[in-house]
Amino acid sequence: MLIARVIGDATATIKHPSHEGQKLLLVQPVQLDLSTPRGDAVIAVDAVDAGPGDLVLLAIEGYCAMTAVGRPDSPIDAAVIGVIDRVDLV
Amino acid sequence: MYIGKVIGRVVATIKDPGLASQRLLIVQPLTPQLLPTGKQIVCTDSLGVGSGQLVYWTRGKESSFPFLPTEVPTDSTIVGIVDRLNLC
Repeated sequence: MLIARVIGDATATIKHPSHEGQKLLLVQPVQLDLSTPRGDAVIAVDAVDAGPGDLVLLAIEGYCAMTAVGRPDSPIDAAVIGVIDRVDLV
Repeated sequence: MYIGKVIGRVVATIKDPGLASQRLLIVQPLTPQLLPTGKQIVCTDSLGVGSGQLVYWTRGKESSFPFLPTEVPTDSTIVGIVDRLNLC
């Protein structure tokens, strides 16, 4: 899982049926300072009703993402599976 | 899933039988600002998208799921056509 920031959303009319009714968030993975981008932004299915600007937990593996949104055997490889309140570094 | 733009297609006569009748499209990955990022890749197409369209695509085993029960040996597939990106 990665820490990521929600930077927007995507609208798609024509898409795989398993994506119908799902919110597609545009999320930018960030480093531990919670602001520096880490790689490219991705489109993730929202499993927790996250909103713009939220710091979130991003799953970027298929099985995990599919399970989180309850759509097995669907082409989903990224999902927002948590909203992060706080990150403590020791 | 990743944002991309369809910039071409690949024609292959001799290929794995599982890829028979699959369209192979060349996709340029894009940033949310729609600038090119990274290298172009070849994707199978689960929707019938056209050249130049803004799409999103999956990577990995999940890419073969749109074609079930046919088992297609693909690791990247276009699964949606992006109408609009809202940046906040």
